[in-house]
Amino acid sequence: MEADLTLLVNGQQHILRLDPETPLLYVLRNNLGLNGPKFGCGLQQCGACMVLLDHIAWPSCQLPVRQTTGGVAITTLEGLTRPDGTLHPVQAAFVQEQAAQCGFCLNGMIISAVSLLKQYPQPSEEAIRNGLFRVLCRCSVHTRAIRAVQRAAASG
Amino acid sequence: MPQPVTSRRNFLKTTGCLTIGFVLLSSSELLADAPKADKLPGSLQDNPRINAWLELLPNGRARVLTGKIEIGQGIRTAVAQVAAEELNLPVEAVEVTIAETGRTPDERYTAGSASIEQSAMAIRHAAAAARQKLLELAAPVLRLKVSQLRLEPGAVVASSGRRVSVEQLLGGRQLTEEVRQPAPLKPKSQYQHVGRSVPRQDIEHMVRAEPYYVQDLRFPGMVHARVLRPPSYEARLLQFDADALRRAVPGVLQTVVDGSFVGIVAEQEYQALRAQDYGRLHTQWSAGRPLPIDKPLPELLRSLPGTVKDVASKGDFTKAPAAGALTHQASYFKPYLMHGSIGPSCAVALFEPGAQALHVWTHSQGVYPLRESLAKLLNLRSDNVHVKGVPGSGCYGHNGADDVAADAALLARAVPGRHVRLQWSRDDEHAWEPYGSAMAFDLQARVNPNTGRITHWQHELWSDTHSTRPAGSPEKLLAAQYLAQPQLPKVEDDFSGGIHRNAEPYYQFPALQVRAHAVQGPLRVSALRALGAFGNIFALESFMEELAVLARQDPYEFRLRHLTDERAKAVIRRVREMVKGQKIAENEGLGLAFARYKNTAAYCAVVAKVSVDPGTGFVRVPRIWAAIDAGEVINPDGLKNQTEGGLTQAASWTLNEEVLFNAQGITTRQWEQYPIFRFDEVPLVEVAVLDRPTEPPLGAGEAAQGPTAAALANAVFHACGKRVRHLPIRPEKLVG
Ligand code: FES
Ligand code: FES
Repeated sequence: MEADLTLLVNGQQHILRLDPETPLLYVLRNNLGLNGPKFGCGLQQCGACMVLLDHIAWPSCQLPVRQTTGGVAITTLEGLTRPDGTLHPVQAAFVQEQAAQCGFCLNGMIISAVSLLKQYPQPSEEAIRNGLFRVLCRCSVHTRAIRAVQRAAASG
Repeated sequence: MPQPVTSRRNFLKTTGCLTIGFVLLSSSELLADAPKADKLPGSLQDNPRINAWLELLPNGRARVLTGKIEIGQGIRTAVAQVAAEELNLPVEAVEVTIAETGRTPDERYTAGSASIEQSAMAIRHAAAAARQKLLELAAPVLRLKVSQLRLEPGAVVASSGRRVSVEQLLGGRQLTEEVRQPAPLKPKSQYQHVGRSVPRQDIEHMVRAEPYYVQDLRFPGMVHARVLRPPSYEARLLQFDADALRRAVPGVLQTVVDGSFVGIVAEQEYQALRAQDYGRLHTQWSAGRPLPIDKPLPELLRSLPGTVKDVASKGDFTKAPAAGALTHQASYFKPYLMHGSIGPSCAVALFEPGAQALHVWTHSQGVYPLRESLAKLLNLRSDNVHVKGVPGSGCYGHNGADDVAADAALLARAVPGRHVRLQWSRDDEHAWEPYGSAMAFDLQARVNPNTGRITHWQHELWSDTHSTRPAGSPEKLLAAQYLAQPQLPKVEDDFSGGIHRNAEPYYQFPALQVRAHAVQGPLRVSALRALGAFGNIFALESFMEELAVLARQDPYEFRLRHLTDERAKAVIRRVREMVKGQKIAENEGLGLAFARYKNTAAYCAVVAKVSVDPGTGFVRVPRIWAAIDAGEVINPDGLKNQTEGGLTQAASWTLNEEVLFNAQGITTRQWEQYPIFRFDEVPLVEVAVLDRPTEPPLGAGEAAQGPTAAALANAVFHACGKRVRHLPIRPEKLVG
């Protein structure tokens, strides 16, 4: 059942022996010890588990890890922070706007926003709403999150 | 002695929490001979010693200990600000330790928006007492008077510049003196930190994806567990084949079957997940008693046997209405609602067989009550149970946090010596969390058309309790009810569970009757943000608007006329200013609502703007505004954040949400079946804070919930002329 798989995560190559059907989320959290992607539903309905796959935001909770080998660049929230420790502009904007309460949804919001801004560097409010559509936030910091994405767009 | 007992009871009334087995500590003597005005504030009454709340560390740092848990409300930052203020420290120099048994004070539950009133006020007084004590210790050393000294970071300093370090003064001990009234509080005019929007430090940790949540805990050798819950509340286990499971799924270490409680422990998380999937398909359960579906829920609630309480009664209702009086009556309904945490509940537990000791890491809102409950459930000595609070996903009340901790503890006992991490599935959380209770309301009133005043008001309601926290007993933990020797919760009929919270209007009416029926509905329920206040205020403030329309009164003036409290009037006037100049197009409407939460906490007035599509009935909410007065504000941006969240969350409750069930069980088991607001639906929200620095701080985290519901219903009425009295306000109720 288990196989050796090669993953490219946050710029680093990892060779892992595991069940290729394992959803990527569990590999990132449990095999690689990353905290960015979170378990929220396992149903691709809440966006807590978002990662970037070659710059596209995608939920990792149902994605078999075998589909993310072969040089796909996987980026998690950790991977956005610059090597010198400075924050990515989107991370910084969420801090500056204090756009969090419990923060459990922040991963999905930030990953989705990075993907959105890559495609549309100056998104309208409507485009931001669409870009973050897959992410649920129960504390309901949406107004702040929209402002944070606008701030990041203005700074980038 | 009677004094503290009374105050404890009042505390229970206002928080809606049950505390069983609560023991008063040494504070009783302290209170017995103290004049009433000098009563210690907040949670100091139960833990009066300075070092219960505060430790002075080397290098001019301090550590604050709070019995509350961080649930996204920013309590860490607020208590750090308060302590830093009294100790003349930068906020960054204050560390905060949150709820942990044996370490922090026992502050029961983080609930009822009471963290600032209880914990921050205790910490303020303890820190002030610590400053004073340090000056007193320094005076003889420096041979100066206390009044000639001041506390600076790490040292007591004289105006001449002579100084003695805190470390020297303490010589390694902590301050164990009891705080006494009047505590030497710093004058508010000298505040540097309190009242400022100090940014939360933890948000930076979150965006860096540092380990922060209970879900992020990792221990060497940690294993992963899942539970198999029955398909419905009363279904019981018929057959579970552990051997077949082990053959089908690799990595299964242990299965636990105790009555109808079934758990699985596996080496890896994905194996546990597969085992759970397999178990769901292959386990047999009895059908159990069906849930009642023959009557619509509002009717069902009214028909259930229950206990009645007259909450308020004054004036004369026996006479027929005066000639020309306007009379009106209406019925309202609020369905079961979910807490709907984004991260399903999670806990880690470790059982040490030799010591017969249990360690639990949990996002429970009450680590001490949970310790007592777990000790009884597992037959352990309570001092052998250690419960540490770790932040989880936002909970908004009593969700599955305590239940998953009990599940984890039961499974940890089966794999002693190993940390067991139990992550509930989305289905576990959606189907098994204790929901916010469904409620039904009948309102009646008379208005004098000449004066535009309400003369008579009647509010009758039917509701389940709004609080079934474990509170130290085991039977309210979900798993306990399914064991081979089940522990079943007793039916509560004492109205302590927030049923009639805010049922009594804050307005002045000559004749008033408020009557509450406590019933036991079909679903599992407990505390959801604002408890009964959400439904009561929805009904009350919808009805207020109906009466204003009936009597052709301006909604703002109509409310102002019935209020005497100037602070209440001020929030209404403020929100009116905020929306001045708003253009209202066709099919759009503005709606107002007001409440003072619990009639004793924060004041909040809300205006919502909606547009209703006349063809589809679809309601859009572009904007919501609120003005809030929470007395002294520790952190204005924190208060805004909480209130903004409350507005948007309550808008989602009001327009979108309803827990549904059929005879076989809960049917809203995923987000698609229970659709909360997404980014395309959320309003832009704006909050104005009326700061009252000289007033005591008031609980604010739940103040926006009720007014938002009524403001939306009122706005929908003004947009399209349809009055929706049964939540949620779904499009189908607005067409035809
Ligand atoms: S956990 Fe992946 S979308 Fe919810
Ligand atoms: S901040 Fe708590 S879910 Fe978004």
